[in-house]
Amino acid sequence: MSHIIDRRKNDKGKSTGNRQKFLKRVENQIKKAIPDIISQESIKDSSTGGSVKVPVRGLEEPTFHHDPKTGKKQTVRPGNDKYSEGDRVPKPKGGGAGSGSGRGKGSNSPEVTEDEFTVVLSREEFLKYFFDDLALPNMVKKLMDSTENFEMRRAGYTRDSVPSRLNIKSSYQQSLGRRLALKGVLDKKLALLEEQLSLATDPAEKAALAEEVEKVRRQANTLPFFEDIDLRYNNFERVPIPVTSAVMFCIMDVSASMGQHEKDIAKRFFTLLYIFLTRQYKNVDLVFIRHHTEAKEVSEDEFFNSRESGGTVVAPSLKLMEQIMRSRYDDSWNVYCCQASDGDVWSKQDATECKQLLLENILPVIQYMAYIEISNNPRESDLWQAYSRISDDDSFSIRQVYEPFEIWPVFQGLFRKRSAV
Amino acid sequence: MTEKEKYRAMFCDPNWDYETLQAADEVISRIGQEYLKLKTYPNQIEVVTSEQMLDAYALTGLPTSYPHWKFGKDFVLNQNNYTKGRMGLSYELVINSNPCISYNMENNSTCMMLLVIAHACQGHNAFFANNYMFLDWTSADSIVDYMAFAREYILKCEEEYGEEEVERVLDAAHALMNYGVDKYKKPSKLSALEENERLKKLTAIRHENYNELWRTLPQGTDEPELLTSDEGRFPKEPEENILYFIEKYAPAMPPWKREIVRIVRKVSQYFYPQGATKVMNEGFATFVHYHIINKMFEEGYLNDGFMLEFIKSHSSVLFQPEYNSKFYSGLNPYTLGFNIFMDIKRICQEPTEEDKAWFPDLIGKDWLDQVLYVMENFRDDSFILQYLSPKVIRDMKLFTIIDNEGETEFQIGAIHNERGYRRVREQLASQYDRSSYIPNIQVTRVDRHQTSKLYLTHYMQKDRKLETKSARQTMAHLRYLWGFPVELHSKNKLGINESSFEVK
Repeated sequence: MSHIIDRRKNDKGKSTGNRQKFLKRVENQIKKAIPDIISQESIKDSSTGGSVKVPVRGLEEPTFHHDPKTGKKQTVRPGNDKYSEGDRVPKPKGGGAGSGSGRGKGSNSPEVTEDEFTVVLSREEFLKYFFDDLALPNMVKKLMDSTENFEMRRAGYTRDSVPSRLNIKSSYQQSLGRRLALKGVLDKKLALLEEQLSLATDPAEKAALAEEVEKVRRQANTLPFFEDIDLRYNNFERVPIPVTSAVMFCIMDVSASMGQHEKDIAKRFFTLLYIFLTRQYKNVDLVFIRHHTEAKEVSEDEFFNSRESGGTVVAPSLKLMEQIMRSRYDDSWNVYCCQASDGDVWSKQDATECKQLLLENILPVIQYMAYIEISNNPRESDLWQAYSRISDDDSFSIRQVYEPFEIWPVFQGLFRKRSAV
Repeated sequence: MTEKEKYRAMFCDPNWDYETLQAADEVISRIGQEYLKLKTYPNQIEVVTSEQMLDAYALTGLPTSYPHWKFGKDFVLNQNNYTKGRMGLSYELVINSNPCISYNMENNSTCMMLLVIAHACQGHNAFFANNYMFLDWTSADSIVDYMAFAREYILKCEEEYGEEEVERVLDAAHALMNYGVDKYKKPSKLSALEENERLKKLTAIRHENYNELWRTLPQGTDEPELLTSDEGRFPKEPEENILYFIEKYAPAMPPWKREIVRIVRKVSQYFYPQGATKVMNEGFATFVHYHIINKMFEEGYLNDGFMLEFIKSHSSVLFQPEYNSKFYSGLNPYTLGFNIFMDIKRICQEPTEEDKAWFPDLIGKDWLDQVLYVMENFRDDSFILQYLSPKVIRDMKLFTIIDNEGETEFQIGAIHNERGYRRVREQLASQYDRSSYIPNIQVTRVDRHQTSKLYLTHYMQKDRKLETKSARQTMAHLRYLWGFPVELHSKNKLGINESSFEVK
């Protein structure tokens, strides 16, 4: 008798563990590919999920095998249409066709060449590799405290717990199944015995059988409604709840000197920072501030897309930021700030004012500030000069970027794990 | 409505449900038993999704296996190819176990389901249950059990000795997986329970014989009788089962590594018959589904529409592109095997003069008896050598190409004519002989006096050398397992060294 089983409802993740092992094996290659991926488009729509493809090489599993180029080989092939014995055919150049290994390939053979193939990583996996060696600088106080809180959440059933957590429905299901199974066995036994009883002739045997029948019948009718093994209890687990959240201020210069290229670089940088923060904090707020001669809080869309022109004054944007920070975000927030600019400022006066603002009002209360200057001008701009005096790489870092491929190294530099911490 | 009409209605509806499968299995098993006299293991038919089929592919069909990145790689590879549409999945996958487990794809039509049940659950199943290779080298009763044991054991080792070290051993053992089979000795049967018992006993013996004094001595070989044996070389005879040799005699290998090598060896042995009977196994299963479905049609279970779909699938399974087609990728084992089996039937029923000269033993015999006899007692190379008939060679227009190293031209060796039949047949048979695709490498000597160095010999066939890069890598794996230097010499038929590989 055959058994037919519908497995479709079963788990499908049977290969997950082996896949993880495999990914670990190609980890280095994946990490090496990350700068490429970033300088391409794929990172842009990062917050929505999706997958990332990484080409992987060199995973052959060595064995002893024949070198296809050597030796005297003879192979059988089908479909001779024109050859006679002894015919000679020039070998194709490059010697590729000599590899008649005789290994047949059926119509459903799973063999496929594997010179190079791509690994498709889920968003989660990709980000794990992406930020593996990075750490948030100065994440001392608030983040550390935050993981201390726990909450009890429902997590399936357990066999062992206190009576008050008894789950009646699933216990009843268990009991029903057990009783059906036991009853089935006993009924079968009973039917068998009754048949024997009806056939039996010897009175002594008959009596013994009758007694047996009675016993089994009693057993079948007195199956306990609940046994210990039926009982199921609600299970609870302690789940950490993050209490702190982070807010990220994005400040960008949108004056006439910032072209599409500069904005694009800035956007990528902001996106990276955003993804990075979302991995560290459950809630990340974004505040977009753009400025030319005056500063304005805008929506994300407007921030990246609308064009404006005019001169550049930086200080108002910092003032606005400070104002928003004080009015909306209290002490439990981790504050990050990222500023992108081409470094042009209206006057030295403005640069000095910025420096002053940062030093006195902003840096003391925020976690970290990064300033990137998008420029390929070797001459140091006024803003750069002003900032470089107060940058300490610990809570305030400044970097210069011009091409998309430079973004990742700069980002890495800003957030690499510091061994001292 | 009679039962037959009910079944007919079910089978001819392209959508199937549980009852359809049950009915199909019932009718097909009956025909298999009564008409084709097949003896099979009980069937366990599992309906799976494409993802589950990919999982099954990765583990070569086994319901469970030990964890290793190789399986993950295969999974990723197949998944990529499948999602890109470069590869289709099979309609079924069947493994040699008792009960015989087969996986059927959920998106098969009713016709495909019937075909697959006839093909796998009767054809392959009967082959597993009766062919001598499978009976002698595998134990269908315990393989699932054994893999569960292997999985648990490896997981335990990972916990105790670290994933990296375990992976290292597995990688090295996998590199030598083709050298883990006793081709001449029949191995003993296995089960998880017995394996655990065996391990326990081993530990007990070790505990009993434990002596604090010996602990401080440098570790020698585990096999003291070796040291005391006479001066002659060791091993006395060359050993083809390299994994077995390592498991038994590697001088300084801890027991848990020996056990892992053993697991890989056992798995390799389990798959050995599959590689050696691909043509026969597929050919026979195709022969079986072809006969069963036609019988069902004769008996009135199926209508013409069903048969058209069946014939289309059947012929696409048997599609054999010609040597100059861009789809050509070797001989299709389904086609070759099916053609030979069908020709055995033809020779028994309507022999020609030619057949009488070539196959006197088959003339006038019952075709089914002969087909079953062949199915039970041969493997690919002997099967082809014995039963590839001139008619099949003509029908498939087989010919041989000689490709000698150093020459600028191919030569046509033999074609489908009177002069060529025997040579084509011998050539094709030798092509399916294991030694033509797996180099013949054996352990020939161990220097037990000074260096514990392991010497291997590659007995070259037809001047075929080893591929250098992967041979080096494999030797490095071997060096790791053996724990001492290893050296390999490729010897040609005169016994002269052609090339050497050494890892110090």
